[in-house]
Amino acid sequence: MAMAALAAVRRCRVLLHGAVKSSFRGSPSQPRSYSAGRLSVQERIERKRQAALVGGGQKRIDAQHGRGKLTARERVALLLDPDSFVEYDAFVEHRCSDFGMEADHNKFPGDSVVTGQGRINGRLVYVFSQDFTVFGGSLSGAHAQKICKIMDQAMLVGAPVIGLNDSGGARIQEGVESLAGYADIFLRNVMASGVVPQISLIMGPCAGGAVYSPALTDFTFMVKDTSYLFITGPDVVKSVTNEDVTQEELGGAKTHTAVSGVAHKAFENDIDALLNLREFFNFLPLSNKDPSPVTECHDPSDRLVPGLDTLVPLESTKAYDMLDVIHSIVDERDFFEIMPNYAKNIVVGFARMNGRTVGIVGNQPKVASGCLDINSSVKGARFVRFCDAFNVPIITFVDVPGFLPGTAQEYGGIIRHGAKLLYAFAEATVPKITIITRKAYGGAYDVMSSKHLRGDVNYAWPSAEVAVMGAKGAVQIIFRGKNNQADAEAEYVEKFANPFPAAVRGFVDDIVVPSTTRRRICRDLEVLATKKQTNPWKKHANVPL
Amino acid sequence: MAAYRISPALQRVLHAVKHAAFRSRCCIIVSRAQYSTVYDHNEKTFDKILIANRGEIACRVMKTCKKMGIKTVAVHSDVDANAVHVKMADEAVCVGPAPTSKSYLNMDAIMNAIRQTGAQAVHPGYGFLSENKEFAKRLAAEGVSFIGPDTHAIQAMGDKIESKLIAKAAKVNTIPGFDGVVKDADEAVRIANEIGYPVMIKASAGGGGKGMRIAWNDEETREGFRFSSQEAASSFGDDRLLIEKFIDNPRHIEIQVLADKHGNALWLNERECSIQRRNQKVVEEAPSTFLDPETRRAMGEQAVSLAKAVNYSSAGTVEFLVDSRKNFYFLEMNTRLQVEHPITECITGLDLVQQMIRIAKGFPLQHTQAEIPINGWAIESRVYAEDPYKSFGLPSIGRLSQYQEPLNLHNVRVDSGIEEGSDISIYYDPMISKLVTYGATRAEALKKMEDALDNYVIRGVTHNIPLLREIIVHPRFISGDISTKFLPEVYPEGFKGHQLTATGRKELLATAASLFVAAQLRAQKFLGDLRVSNTQQERRSWELCVELEKGVHMLGVSRSGATYTVEIDGDKLEVSSDWNLASPLLTVTLNGIHRTLQCLSRNAAGEISLQYLGTTFKLRVLSKLAAALSVHMPEKVPEDTSSILRSPMPGTVVAVSVKAGDTVAEGQEICVIEAMKMQNSMTAAKTAKVRSVHCKPGETVGEGDLLVELE
Repeated sequence: MAMAALAAVRRCRVLLHGAVKSSFRGSPSQPRSYSAGRLSVQERIERKRQAALVGGGQKRIDAQHGRGKLTARERVALLLDPDSFVEYDAFVEHRCSDFGMEADHNKFPGDSVVTGQGRINGRLVYVFSQDFTVFGGSLSGAHAQKICKIMDQAMLVGAPVIGLNDSGGARIQEGVESLAGYADIFLRNVMASGVVPQISLIMGPCAGGAVYSPALTDFTFMVKDTSYLFITGPDVVKSVTNEDVTQEELGGAKTHTAVSGVAHKAFENDIDALLNLREFFNFLPLSNKDPSPVTECHDPSDRLVPGLDTLVPLESTKAYDMLDVIHSIVDERDFFEIMPNYAKNIVVGFARMNGRTVGIVGNQPKVASGCLDINSSVKGARFVRFCDAFNVPIITFVDVPGFLPGTAQEYGGIIRHGAKLLYAFAEATVPKITIITRKAYGGAYDVMSSKHLRGDVNYAWPSAEVAVMGAKGAVQIIFRGKNNQADAEAEYVEKFANPFPAAVRGFVDDIVVPSTTRRRICRDLEVLATKKQTNPWKKHANVPL
Repeated sequence: MAAYRISPALQRVLHAVKHAAFRSRCCIIVSRAQYSTVYDHNEKTFDKILIANRGEIACRVMKTCKKMGIKTVAVHSDVDANAVHVKMADEAVCVGPAPTSKSYLNMDAIMNAIRQTGAQAVHPGYGFLSENKEFAKRLAAEGVSFIGPDTHAIQAMGDKIESKLIAKAAKVNTIPGFDGVVKDADEAVRIANEIGYPVMIKASAGGGGKGMRIAWNDEETREGFRFSSQEAASSFGDDRLLIEKFIDNPRHIEIQVLADKHGNALWLNERECSIQRRNQKVVEEAPSTFLDPETRRAMGEQAVSLAKAVNYSSAGTVEFLVDSRKNFYFLEMNTRLQVEHPITECITGLDLVQQMIRIAKGFPLQHTQAEIPINGWAIESRVYAEDPYKSFGLPSIGRLSQYQEPLNLHNVRVDSGIEEGSDISIYYDPMISKLVTYGATRAEALKKMEDALDNYVIRGVTHNIPLLREIIVHPRFISGDISTKFLPEVYPEGFKGHQLTATGRKELLATAASLFVAAQLRAQKFLGDLRVSNTQQERRSWELCVELEKGVHMLGVSRSGATYTVEIDGDKLEVSSDWNLASPLLTVTLNGIHRTLQCLSRNAAGEISLQYLGTTFKLRVLSKLAAALSVHMPEKVPEDTSSILRSPMPGTVVAVSVKAGDTVAEGQEICVIEAMKMQNSMTAAKTAKVRSVHCKPGETVGEGDLLVELE
């Protein structure tokens, strides 16, 4: 892995190194050339601090802007509340003494990352922002140490960590020191997992081993056209597998948000991404010890949604848009969808109910009939586990015809991947509210936060049908070889294509008028706010990976 | 079939009506945009009426039926099973699949529904079977009353030439002209010269303005003759042509008449319907600013004499063209309830549907001509699901994700047959509603219309409120200087939306900036969270950069309570509101002036869409810092994928609804893909012509396969 990382970024960094050198030789006005003996400590502090603020110098900053990217500090300034950023380690410098790195002009106060803490809408967050203008944002031992410091502190006080990634990869001059740095960060990513929310925003290159830090965090967002994530770059790909692929195709935002599922969402540009990140941050609790946040809400909790009464089509083969259901039920139609372009047959994301953050999971009948397949199961499972880890109640809208059949799915391991979603729902101890809007067929019924998996409140709309399978298939099995399939089908529909079989057994708690769903959920969440449930003691569970 | 009980609210109304009936029988008091009619339950009409229509007019008829204590039967197509008119009716019968020819025009199915439910009478509404003499005959044969005129009148008035002959005989002013078979082009020229140019030539059998040609000289007459006679033969199978005096800059003014089966007839004043696009009415008003009492009386009396000439009974409308010298000419008579009847109801206080039902049962008219008032002024705007920026309105379809009628306002009447969640489909008329406002004066009614349009919340489909809102404030409209050419004359380049004035621009910028700040402040309000910093001072002032129509403006905003002071280019605007961020309506006071805007969307990136004076404006609000940094952001050309439709999943093509060369509307179904026994409708992402179709029914397609290309 590390080897691959080095290979991927070598070319780029060598170029950068040269550029940095030349930029300083020609700029005597930089507050960089000082003589220790003749300056007072006060002046030296000031000069270093000033030097830290300009990172790799104006030329590199201009080059960064020229690529349509902001500098590390500009990004922090946009992300955090005005004047709230408190910087740490602005004086830290790299410790490499090989290859001429010990020279003064190769020392940059703060090195290639800006770290500290600040506020987003008044709430604490720890931030690191890699500085591409200093050695291409490459990761030195000092760089890693700075990141580890704020991660340790975030864990101590219980506050999220946001990483703004823009780095060419390992600092080759430092060798194993750099690799050790990555591992130190990985370990902290793992330790912090489930303790404080971790968010990565990829705003430039992130290649080789470096990609595993974002991969370990809870959410990875990307900036379109200017960011990419891959294990090895196009050159190595070409030499190893003889594939021709561009950087964008291999690891661009589109690839990772629509094909690989590595990234959760992409934004137009740096500004868009940072502003959206602020909005996203407002949905998150600060740590696993904090409750799901509640913001001031202007949307009445008892608002009726008359449009829902006619939303589900009368024919069960016709599609509708689950997003219509979600938008009309949640506060102010405000739904922050996670992975909107990946495995679209399941919809997941954050919203608020009466001001409180909730996680929404919904089958999407509009795409592949809302079936569960490998990708949608994994997408749903990861989201459910995040919600459960951070006390975010889960609301599940069910319209699922079952798991997707076929060799592609079976060979791909739908059994173990499907099990992830089942596992996630079963394990979750946060408040769980489920609404069956239409179909809940077969094993998929069990999976989708059913009563049997400790669903707290399970509702059915009048259009709900809970059954082992659709009428046609069922009749072919029950009445195999008998005539009058049509009559048998009608009988099956009469018996099962309605909410009663589930309701009479108490598998759903009530059959509700769709227009009252918002009101019911808001009330239930109030009741469930004090829910306490624990799973048996274990070292950790063994989710079917 | 579904049965619905009368709601408690309606029961209260019925109760009140019953009691009122004891106090004074059938008095007329007009004070607002409601009927003053009292519904006399001692006057027995029918027990049960079937309404052979859908949408707003079906609902409109049912409202009166309920007031009269008559049970109602709805008919509907299968896609309309959840429609408002179905829910409103006491009983409902499905009469076929979505296409109107198989449902609402399906006489056999409707006759069955009548038998099945035992309805004693049928109200046909407008359109569909309302002027179909065959339908009226079949009803008569089964002893079911048709709530409308008898077949003779329908037939006589349904034919353009026959109706003109009857009108002439009844001493109704008709446009000088010739109707009948024209032998050849020379004869056409001779006739044209007799009438005097300009003349209009068209096929007698063609309705409205279809196939109409104007000739200003002999040459054009020959050409017009050639086209029209071809069209007459090919489209209508009827060779007759109509050549008549063309009236330049005409107004379309129509007279509502009401006649009973006892030879009595009344004229209920006029409706001004000159604001039209493609010969369809958009804004109507009653009375007309143009008519003086003498002209009105003359038109009314001629209309009544025409009604009497055909033994008309029921409500009907006589349409006239009126030239600039107040000469009026008979155009045609509509033997049904008109779409725009509510404005007549507003100024006369009569419930026309009630009158039609009474008349159909054989009751005589209750009023004399002298008792028909003009009380106040009423304006009707037809709110359509269509894009007014394209030819003043091309249909759009979709689901009404949010829908709120401005019924919170006094003197506003909304006749609609849809509700939040309804689908506007390709099968039927894209009318959303008829918005009617009423006032003691025209100015009052117009002001009310502005407020009503501003307060009307329609989301999910494109609608024509931008156009309506502009028409009613246009100086020419306000002064009454209108003709049927109003729209093309006022907007020769097509409708472009509201053009902002300098003040308007500032109002809009100030509102957007204030809304942005209000949202920013709200985002910091965490309830009961002890971990929110209290060392940070709440901000009192902001420096913002707002983009609007490619202009960038620096604004200073300072806050005191719910009031924001916004500085734009040295001017100060005070903006106050309750800043309810959940409401689709945004009611603000801007330097003391109340305005209702609508926030259509607002996102984290600072983009805000505001509906201001009917038109939607896109703004972007950024902090000074973000704005300064945005110069570094790369320009991006949005990728246009709307012209290519690919299969989103593997499946089977069940149906292809278009062929190359067809024009499809945005959101219209292009084909249906079945996957996992589910039918997925693939729709057009924009309104365009179909370039090529790459799939056919029964074919299997893979994910990403090209289905259809648009131009």
